[in-house]
Amino acid sequence: MTDAPAHPPVSRRWVQTLRKLLRHKSFLIGATLVGLITLAALAAPLLTHVDPTAMRIRFRFRPPSGAFLAGTDMFGRDVMTRVLYGARLSLWIGLAVAFLSGFFGGIIGLVAAQFRRLDSVLMRVMDALMAFPAILLAIGIGATLGPHADSVIIALSIAYMPRTARVVRATALVVRELDYVQAARACGAGNFRIIVRHILPNCMGSLQVQLTFVFAYAILAEAALSFLGIGAPPPTPSWGNIIAEGRDYAVEAWWIMLFPGLAISLAALGMNLLGDGLRDVLDPRLQVEG
Amino acid sequence: MFRPVLGSLVRAVPVILVVAVLTFFLMHLLPGDPAVVIAGPDAPVEAVERIRAQLGLDRSIAEQLFIWLGQLAHGNFGTSLVLNQSVVSAVIERLPVTLSLSMIAMAIVVPVGVACGVTAAYFRGSLVDQGMMLLALLGVSVPSFWLAILSVILFSVVLGWLPSSGYVPLSEGFWPWLAALIQPAVILALFQIGFLARTTRSAMLEVLGQDFVRTARSKGLTEWLAVMKHAFRNALIPVVTAMGIILSLLIGGSVIIEQVFALPGIGRLVVQGILVRDYPLVQGCLLLFGCTFVIINVLIDLLYTVVDPRVRND
Repeated sequence: MTDAPAHPPVSRRWVQTLRKLLRHKSFLIGATLVGLITLAALAAPLLTHVDPTAMRIRFRFRPPSGAFLAGTDMFGRDVMTRVLYGARLSLWIGLAVAFLSGFFGGIIGLVAAQFRRLDSVLMRVMDALMAFPAILLAIGIGATLGPHADSVIIALSIAYMPRTARVVRATALVVRELDYVQAARACGAGNFRIIVRHILPNCMGSLQVQLTFVFAYAILAEAALSFLGIGAPPPTPSWGNIIAEGRDYAVEAWWIMLFPGLAISLAALGMNLLGDGLRDVLDPRLQVEG
Repeated sequence: MFRPVLGSLVRAVPVILVVAVLTFFLMHLLPGDPAVVIAGPDAPVEAVERIRAQLGLDRSIAEQLFIWLGQLAHGNFGTSLVLNQSVVSAVIERLPVTLSLSMIAMAIVVPVGVACGVTAAYFRGSLVDQGMMLLALLGVSVPSFWLAILSVILFSVVLGWLPSSGYVPLSEGFWPWLAALIQPAVILALFQIGFLARTTRSAMLEVLGQDFVRTARSKGLTEWLAVMKHAFRNALIPVVTAMGIILSLLIGGSVIIEQVFALPGIGRLVVQGILVRDYPLVQGCLLLFGCTFVIINVLIDLLYTVVDPRVRND
């Protein structure tokens, strides 16, 4: 890595970052995948004219064909339509979980880094939360709140918040020792101003990278929760519950569970590739973590 | 050698305590009344009240918390509401399943992951290197339960090579036991091999370029000795850290995989417990998961001092 001799103006730095990202192969592939899936999810009512929950017993178990691109399920519902509408739910949950866990995890991380006395208490609680497997924590909270998309969002946000808090805290601890933060303090800036104006902007890179990965985890975890029956309740299509419903017919009607699984894999793959690219460009020091 | 171990044990105590308190609150935020669950939907109000008093649910939350912590201190984890069995015996009954599953998976992940990682670092950009990167990427992108179902269709239904579900205890023979667990274990392992290989690769890359490896080569050691004895030993710390993370991830991942393969392990126990609101059972299992994680971390700290003498002298 080469250090630029002088800091270019902010607007130019932004363009430079974008240019670097556009040259990054895995970022491009990831962004394309995520973009296409988002478009397909938004345009679902235009791409298909069938109701995703409409049952047509005459058309049960039709294999993929020109009329039913991904076949039909045990109730004669169009699998492709259900996968497209399921994408809306998965992406919404991914986005909401990334935002909520980023917001609260970010606040906890910043507070822990700035107010050293709170640090050990906050971090012990985060450690304890991290001691439960994330999926188990989410199952527990999800079961508490009842089968609903909102409970999945709350459950996963709590489950992934500690990891985000750790990343932000680690970056903030480095940033707060930098000369310019010390200078701001010497000029009499208060804690709030230091955190918001000086520390936070420099944590945004690693936070964004972390949140892309949280997005990918959330898509996978949502599917797992719906698969266990703790997600959006049927007949609302979600990638996880389509697989759960198709499981009993996995041998005779493999298409019911094949396509939602592919959709999950492609969406998570896209977010992961995008995150890899962001990490290389925005935050070269950050290491991969489970 | 002794002090760092003691230090990490002491640091683990508050975490375990917080884990216990958190477990308690997590369960007591659950809506739904376990007394009603036990008494049945048509039970008279007095019966529900009696059961509630029996369980101590009529006391305040703070009282219940201290009673529970006190019982824990005596090794009493309570009785399951549904299974008619103490939590400890329910857990002990199912522990071998989850342990067997994680151990077989670990026995696959470690050698394969390390071998792939070292090979990928040595032959940078080779097919092994690229294949491993792809595996690592798929490991964080493909849903495990979906791959598990596909695998059952192929290996159990179509080819008929392996049982599709169920557990056979080790006491009934090594091969039946392995046959029952190998499929879920490989699925679990597949998701972690990429992570370990990637960590090993980057640790090896950092070490391979260093002077002492060049010295080892130039003094005439075989390539194998130079790479494995001189380079790999010095790359062990991040590798051991990754192994600890992977062991926790495997135990967490088994929650879902046990569900798909109908394995009667801890993961299945806790999921069923959550669904029927069996407070004491879920509390006990969550506490077990939490403590396992903390203990794994202590063991990893301990392992550091074994693999790297420099840690010992700090």
